[in-house]
Amino acid sequence: MARITIDPFTRIEGHLRIDVEIEDGKVKDAWTTGTLFRGFEIILKGRDPRDACHITQRICGVCPTSHGHASSMSMDDAFKIKVPANGRIIRNIIEGAQFVHSHILWFYHLNALDYVDVVSALSAQPAEASLKKVQAKLKSFVDSGQLGPFANAYWGHPAYKLPPEVNLIAVAHYLEALEMQAKAAQVSALFGGRMPMTMTSPPGGVTHVPTVDDLKNYLFRVKELQDWIDNVFIADLMAIAPFYLDAAGVGKGPANFLSWGVFEDASFDPKKRLLPRGAIFAADFPTVHEARAVDVLEYTGHSWYKDSKPLNPAVGVTDPEYTEYDPDKKYTWAKAPRLQGKPMEVGALARMVVAYASGQPTAKKLIDDTLAKIGHPGQPQVLFGIIGRIAARALECKMVADSMYQWGMDLIENIKKGNTAVYADYQIPDKAQGIGLWEAPRGALGHWIDVEDKKIKNYQCVVPTTWNVCPRDDNGVRGPIEEALIGTEVADAEKPLEVMRVVHSFDPCLACTVHVIHPESNRIMDFKVS
Amino acid sequence: MANKDEVSKQFLDALEFRGIKRRDFLKYCGATAILLGFSESFAPKIAAAIENATKRQPVVWLNFASDSGCTEAFIKATYPSPAQVILDILSVDYNETIMAAAGKQAEEILVKSRQEGGYILIVEGGIPTKKGHGMIGNKEMLEVFKENAGPAIAILAIGSCATTGGVPAAKPNPSQIIGTAEALKRLGISKPLVNLDLCPVNPEYLVGVVVNFLLLGKIPDLDHFGRPKMFYGQTIHDNCERRAHFDAGRFVEVFGSKEESLNYCLYKMGCKGPMTWSACPKIQYNDRTSWCVKAGGPCIGCAEPGWTDKFAGFYERLPGVKIPGMDGVEAGADKIGAIAAAATAAGIALHAVATGVSGRIKDKDGGEK
Repeated sequence: MARITIDPFTRIEGHLRIDVEIEDGKVKDAWTTGTLFRGFEIILKGRDPRDACHITQRICGVCPTSHGHASSMSMDDAFKIKVPANGRIIRNIIEGAQFVHSHILWFYHLNALDYVDVVSALSAQPAEASLKKVQAKLKSFVDSGQLGPFANAYWGHPAYKLPPEVNLIAVAHYLEALEMQAKAAQVSALFGGRMPMTMTSPPGGVTHVPTVDDLKNYLFRVKELQDWIDNVFIADLMAIAPFYLDAAGVGKGPANFLSWGVFEDASFDPKKRLLPRGAIFAADFPTVHEARAVDVLEYTGHSWYKDSKPLNPAVGVTDPEYTEYDPDKKYTWAKAPRLQGKPMEVGALARMVVAYASGQPTAKKLIDDTLAKIGHPGQPQVLFGIIGRIAARALECKMVADSMYQWGMDLIENIKKGNTAVYADYQIPDKAQGIGLWEAPRGALGHWIDVEDKKIKNYQCVVPTTWNVCPRDDNGVRGPIEEALIGTEVADAEKPLEVMRVVHSFDPCLACTVHVIHPESNRIMDFKVS
Repeated sequence: MANKDEVSKQFLDALEFRGIKRRDFLKYCGATAILLGFSESFAPKIAAAIENATKRQPVVWLNFASDSGCTEAFIKATYPSPAQVILDILSVDYNETIMAAAGKQAEEILVKSRQEGGYILIVEGGIPTKKGHGMIGNKEMLEVFKENAGPAIAILAIGSCATTGGVPAAKPNPSQIIGTAEALKRLGISKPLVNLDLCPVNPEYLVGVVVNFLLLGKIPDLDHFGRPKMFYGQTIHDNCERRAHFDAGRFVEVFGSKEESLNYCLYKMGCKGPMTWSACPKIQYNDRTSWCVKAGGPCIGCAEPGWTDKFAGFYERLPGVKIPGMDGVEAGADKIGAIAAAATAAGIALHAVATGVSGRIKDKDGGEK
């Protein structure tokens, strides 16, 4: 019986701890723990509601724009604002660039090192001069003895399957992708002022009227991103996939999927968003159900809050009360959200599955073509797991970048016709309530606002990673990551690479620690070197 | 040991196969020289300092109560690019967001770093002091900070969370989060500390301070909030590209309006530029693509300690600005517009007065150094 501690769990955002029991080389049980509480919902009380679209961006530095947008949308809803067409399009553009940035960063810099063995790249025998140069650079870097972020990793682990040449190409693209994620963020900055923390999407639309120079600049930059995604990102996905197809079933999880939908359509109908709203349950796949905010309940039975019955976020309470870590009782700062009582996976896979089942033509074609290429035509269920999550992010990245070009053209067309409105002015009513349901790159995001005397009376956020990383609910049903870990084979408990793959596949927005507890003693073994 | 020319050639070859040309490298060095307040003729010296370094400067980067926005900002740096920083300038030995190693293996790196010492400690995020509100590896974050601050040669607190707690430390500060300076004080640790306020940090400031340190072997001159004067010596209002419109009394009244498309001043839309000390208009963000005011977003004052509370009501006008020629009577911008248009001289005087009244605000919660 092996037991280990991965502490800290790296290449994610924020602070998370995951405890895993291993028996006969497989994960038998798992507990996820958010270890940081900042209390944004408490801080927001009593403030000018408009400040929320800036303050909530600080919930996440990787997807601030999604929070800003969900916040402003909650006020668009509460204050009965009709955002003008160009305001809608520019918000989509700023959001889209963030999606592209986030997916590139996740694929190459957060997730890839679970599949790409950097040391193996040294033994490649590349024919191309450009790859020889990268290899030489890598060698001189290794020879310097200062390995920086590549030091002391799981290199040589048997679960790394790529041949040295493919590893080398991936290393070269890791460096290239560092530049490309920055370029994608520049597109957000072009209309948002800066990225992270965009500045131009208050309730009502956007602040800035784009100039001809902005638009020309935009189209050029998007074209560059599109080319790179098609010729490098998607090409890498297809080059790497064949070596890991046997892992397709790993990390399946509950296979319930929720998407609030993202990228607003001219009709403002959430079911017509580029990635539409909907919910899919494992029990009757591929039926698409209505996804409604009223069907959300948050449980706190296993979370460090004062006990209450499960509540809808519209009337949610955030009343922290830390007690010691106890996996049988309370063990995390995350609440446990459920839709119609079910734990829901959120993120790119959830969005693409909902889009596919809703018949969204672009998503359907991208997924069908990919399934055919990997030898599973017409079987989207093979995507439920770690490999499907990787593929979904890459395909979604392409879909969003291609749409961004079209949105730029739509914007130009509107402006040509003399339609330059980007913002609708409004008054803050004394009392109002609103909901902003949107998607961050990591999944379904909801902001609920309650305004009284023109101030925030109550504010609740249900963020993507809370759906994925939540603990058991009061009925003892595990959260999606907890469930996805069950049954995962772990070849070497000293180097639990397979556990990292499952957790990383959800792109969690937390920095986490993974503990593996001995089922007999229940004692956490401490591997730290003193 | 290889001679200088050879080292230099290797270095430039190394840059080149990442697609970085020598002229780009010198451009970076030039940009850095200007950032640091040197003349551009200093660029070759910066280039030489980086090229000739035999060992890259080790860095340990710790995340506490943050949203990783400053890590995100850092990897948006352009001259040098994050790849250059990581491969050629610094040895980023520990950063949980980018490092390949995890768990036990990551911890080993940190232990080794502490044993060897000599690293710059970069702190991202504030430090919760309420029990259980911020834990890493079952340890309170303050304890983790204490362990790793000791062996550091200097500490860089990047972003407003790290300097004074930032947004999550805004009232009522539910997790009792403190900044790095306060944590050092409570722990009785004395270390050179540089505060890089902003939410998130401007990556060019971060790189500028690091290069300054490598080049001159010391931290730059600091203001009374511990911020480098070279980046925080003037207000946003002083250097704002829309300043001429303020002086002329031309203001945006509604977002997305004709006035906005003419880049009129955002003061009436809540801009905190007159009270915010930072070089944002000069250095900008994301490879100088844009910055808040340029894109029509009023400054929310995020370079100032305690900005979330100090400037609450981000879209409300800053309380009255004293108007020249009105003998200290406070007036709204409507009146400024009416009178400033009358005389060019008024605009010049206003500049002086506005700069005078927008002096530093003391942070009663301890931002003062």
